[in-house]
Amino acid sequence: MAPRSRLHVPEPPARPGQEPDFSYLQLSPAGAVYRPDVTASARDIENLSLELVRVLDDEHRAVGPWNPHLEAPELQVGLRHMLLTRLFDDRMQKIQRQGRISFYIKSTGEEAVAVAAGMALQPGDMLFPSYRQQGLHVVRGRNLVDLMCQCLSNTRDMCKGRQMPIMYHWGEGNIFSISGNLATQFPQAVGWAMAAAIKGEDHLAASWIGEGSSAEADFHYAMTFAAVYQAPVILNLVNNQWAISTFQGFAGGEHRTFAQRGPGYGIPGIRVDGNDFLAVYAVTQWAAQRARQSAGPTLIELVTYRAAAHSTSDDPSRYRPKEEWRAWPLGDPITRLKQHLIELGEWSEERHAQLHKELEAQVTACWKEAESYGTLTHGPFLDPLTMFEDVFRDIPANLQREREEMRALLGAQRDATAAPAEGGHEQPPVAHEG
Amino acid sequence: MARMNMVQALNSAMDVMLGRDPRVVILGEDVGFFGGVFRVTDGLQRKYGEHRVLDTPIAEGGIIATAIGMGVNGLKPVAEIQFADYIYPGFDQVVSELARIRYRSASEFHVPVTIRTPCGGGIRGGQTHSQSPEAIFAHVCGIKVVMPSNPYDAKGLLISAIEDEDPVVFFEPKRIYNGPFDGDAHKPAVPWSSHPRGEVPDGHYSVPIGRAEVVREGHDLTVITYGTMVHVAEAAVRTTGVDAEIIDVRTMSPLDTDTLCNSVCRTGRCVVVHEATRFSGYGAELVATVQEHCFWNLEAPVKRVAGWDTPYPHAFEWEYFPGQARIAAALKEVMEAQ
Repeated sequence: MAPRSRLHVPEPPARPGQEPDFSYLQLSPAGAVYRPDVTASARDIENLSLELVRVLDDEHRAVGPWNPHLEAPELQVGLRHMLLTRLFDDRMQKIQRQGRISFYIKSTGEEAVAVAAGMALQPGDMLFPSYRQQGLHVVRGRNLVDLMCQCLSNTRDMCKGRQMPIMYHWGEGNIFSISGNLATQFPQAVGWAMAAAIKGEDHLAASWIGEGSSAEADFHYAMTFAAVYQAPVILNLVNNQWAISTFQGFAGGEHRTFAQRGPGYGIPGIRVDGNDFLAVYAVTQWAAQRARQSAGPTLIELVTYRAAAHSTSDDPSRYRPKEEWRAWPLGDPITRLKQHLIELGEWSEERHAQLHKELEAQVTACWKEAESYGTLTHGPFLDPLTMFEDVFRDIPANLQREREEMRALLGAQRDATAAPAEGGHEQPPVAHEG
Repeated sequence: MARMNMVQALNSAMDVMLGRDPRVVILGEDVGFFGGVFRVTDGLQRKYGEHRVLDTPIAEGGIIATAIGMGVNGLKPVAEIQFADYIYPGFDQVVSELARIRYRSASEFHVPVTIRTPCGGGIRGGQTHSQSPEAIFAHVCGIKVVMPSNPYDAKGLLISAIEDEDPVVFFEPKRIYNGPFDGDAHKPAVPWSSHPRGEVPDGHYSVPIGRAEVVREGHDLTVITYGTMVHVAEAAVRTTGVDAEIIDVRTMSPLDTDTLCNSVCRTGRCVVVHEATRFSGYGAELVATVQEHCFWNLEAPVKRVAGWDTPYPHAFEWEYFPGQARIAAALKEVMEAQ
């Protein structure tokens, strides 16, 4: 019989009810990977894209050439940021389950990806995150109330009710607006970095995408432009193993590591333990030095695991083993940094419990304040007429006409209700009146 | 004042803006050392350097995305997409990003990017070098859409586009780069030098975005058109002798409804002409606008003349092109309607 071609359809190592299996992961021992000079050419350091940079060993010690030698207070700040991010996520998830916000995306298990990188960069560096790097806002000191108000689409919502929850932005904090369209921010970050170089400034841009969205053309655009112009940019590819229900094999991860795509473009690719705070910090710092010295861009593959569902609309128990995260060989980034600090004699279970309590209280207080600016069901509400603002800098004639049309419509509906309240903004939005 | 064709006028607009505003950068395929496949950026890299006028990889999505990033970082990029037929790889960056960043960030971020792109047929370009996709972009809220019909407007509108704090998609009808074209491909080409709108100031001036222009006054009928078809419509009006008012829309979005509708309410008759395909074309918006505002003044149904709803066929370019004969027939039909 003549040979017949067949498709290879990737299949994850384990489905629900089966034993988790991470034998496909290539790991390197902590401290084993060489740390080259930042001016090394992509050609000479291709091995970095195959190995795994790790600093924290199994005894919770920081070892090897990538150890960033951070002081204990800085490590404690990192731990605090990661823990706050996790507690914030947990609370928002509960709040969503109670129907008080429409949607949420947690970053559980991936906190080091955003927090360690955010701490290794300068405040003037521009960040182009995807929707799972809320830790960047935490690192840059954003008031959680602002993030909560965005999720509530209330009167203090930075997006004025125009975006689903978690699509934050922060001009003042140099964190770009999150798009629902995957990977679009990757080449935009390259453009931002090119502009910094054109202007002769030494700020860099950093962006994050998931391994799943690295299949988008935007990934290729970003890599090509970054390589061609040697733009001062750090391109972070967060390989959390899962893109909703498809495992990393569907993005091409079965055949090569994602970091190996870097050398293909002439860009150093570094594979790093994304749950190792110190390793993520060190690799980001290395890439940032490269960018600032005009040594060019870096692709960083952060190997981590999406411990949570993709979003509150997702149910991972339908496509992966329930206990898969517990079998994840790279552990929990918060536990690992905590144990490292305890090993250093700079932390204890008691202090950790105390911090936990303190941050819980902070989240509670923030939520209370956020709700005072309005919820989905209770005012004050945003004025729906603001929807016509910010389409353009100035409102063009056609939008002015539509705004007046809607103003009249809202007025008529208000007149039709029995008990008009004081002040137009206290009325529920039309959409909620059914 | 100087005599300029549209290529020179557009070049002059970018020259003026590169000179006046250090934030302005030009990027696109072949725009740098070579000066553009239509020579629109000729000499600009030599004059302003490789950091201001950049050759790019062949990646329309990458060009638009990096232009957006540059815009967010305080530059005013002018991206050239060669040609409009090849803009689609960048469509997501236009629709989901360029047009939306101001809105979704409540103006904390904005993207003052201009995308220049040559459009339209009549150059033996077949279906891949002849398209007029203005309606696809006019449908997207958050971007302005412009198409000039002569050198004076081309320079003034491009300067306005670059100065605008919001994104502008700037269509350049390539058939009229070198001279006004009346739709008759068998006649010798006419240069811009003999056309009054080929007089172009050397320095800075602007033509406002969002304003249509009456290019011929008339009493009996209003022709609403833009781009290359302005000149074809003028020729058709001359041959038929209809006393038509001709309006050059110039800006598809935001639309100057007043200029259009004041004219149609006065003349009572209207023909809409564009080169793009007819179904769901920009003409549908024009006809709907006229109907909403002028219904009680209309003496006849509003008629559309447009490209056939097929891809632009290479061998049958002139059968496809909505030329003088089709416009003349429409003028006659609308004038005779009771």
